[in-house]
Amino acid sequence: MYKTWWKIIASVLVIYSTVWGFLSSTPQLPILHESIRNLYFHVPMWFGMIVLFSISVFYSVKYLGSGKAEDDIRAVESVNVGIVYGMLGIVTGAIWARFTWGQAWSFDVKQNFAAIALLLYFAYLILRNAIDEEQKRAKISAIYNIFAFPIMVVLLFVLPRLSDSLHPGNGGNPGFNAYDLDSRMRMVFYPACLGWILIGYWIYTLKYRIRTLEKKQISA
Amino acid sequence: MQVKYLVKKEVLLEWRSKYALNGVLLYVVSTVFVCFLSFVSTKPVTWNALFWIIMLFASINAVSKGFLQESRGRHLYIYTIASPLALILSKTIYNVLLMTLLTLIALGFYMMVFSYVPEDLGLYLVATMLGSLSFSTIFTMISAIAAKAGNGGMLMAILSFPVIIPVIILLIKLTKNAIDGLDRSVSLDEIGLLVVVNVLVTAVTLLLFPYLWRD
Repeated sequence: MYKTWWKIIASVLVIYSTVWGFLSSTPQLPILHESIRNLYFHVPMWFGMIVLFSISVFYSVKYLGSGKAEDDIRAVESVNVGIVYGMLGIVTGAIWARFTWGQAWSFDVKQNFAAIALLLYFAYLILRNAIDEEQKRAKISAIYNIFAFPIMVVLLFVLPRLSDSLHPGNGGNPGFNAYDLDSRMRMVFYPACLGWILIGYWIYTLKYRIRTLEKKQISA
Repeated sequence: MQVKYLVKKEVLLEWRSKYALNGVLLYVVSTVFVCFLSFVSTKPVTWNALFWIIMLFASINAVSKGFLQESRGRHLYIYTIASPLALILSKTIYNVLLMTLLTLIALGFYMMVFSYVPEDLGLYLVATMLGSLSFSTIFTMISAIAAKAGNGGMLMAILSFPVIIPVIILLIKLTKNAIDGLDRSVSLDEIGLLVVVNVLVTAVTLLLFPYLWRD
């Protein structure tokens, strides 16, 4: 049992937010109706992705300083999990958009920029595949990872503010807090965010440990 | 000091062969002609988008020459005599000069062929200057990464497109304002953001390049 307490918290939070997310009462609103419950799944994915990509940049910076192979494995595995989170975020968003905005892909700025941000990280993975030599691969991909991170921040947090979006809180739409007047949704939303972030971190540590074991097996 | 000599070396090498400049110029001119012959006349919005697409591909070709074309031997030689910061600065400065020249010629030719002049030409010129600046700073670093990865052309495109898209979006917005002849105060946001992106990219490049250059 290796430091299990936060894993238990993570599982409890995700189970709680999933079960209670479907059972609890929500504000009855036109257009949104029951799809408002998607908030508990769609938004935590993006928070999780940002956290995982930040972890990746942290270890890329660390790799450039230390040159240890572990840091490189940590960086790439957190990107792998972050990409899965990002794709789940896009899919949950597309389902939500299908029923509220009318089209799965509504050419909303945030949809487009999220897709481009994922392209950045796919490029990172392809760059890794292009280089055979291990240390060279680790170094060059760490550099690209750090180079891409500020661009991703601009894409996800700055550019959408310049134009109108269909998302709540943009282009004259009320933010989500305007729908949630009695804070009932917050009681599910915040635990869901924390839970999914911790689950993402857990998956990443598992993947990291599997990779290190595999590496040991090869060298043994 | 080193920067000055290295820029001079780049310009001199270019002047001797005139390969990059003439090659890319011909590339731009023929692309403009292809576009003209296929579109004949366009709406201003299309005209604008087309211009940036042409410039995108031209600048990838022009800037990526910087690192991709030099041999490993020359890289090693420069490594022994110059500091990495001076090298990346000189390459960036040279690319900014090259791109500015190229963009101006391309824009002039493009306006002439389509016989269309944006409403607010001054702002449009500012936008193209900012555009060539951003293309140069971003593509110089990416071409260095692609060159070190040793798998030139294709990597260059894959790595640079997602990075350049936000810049292109900003540029198209800015130039659209210039085409519509909007009041210049409307465009200050975009100009400011483009400057911020450039400062950010340059800072990150200066921090990272020494690690990249050391083998």
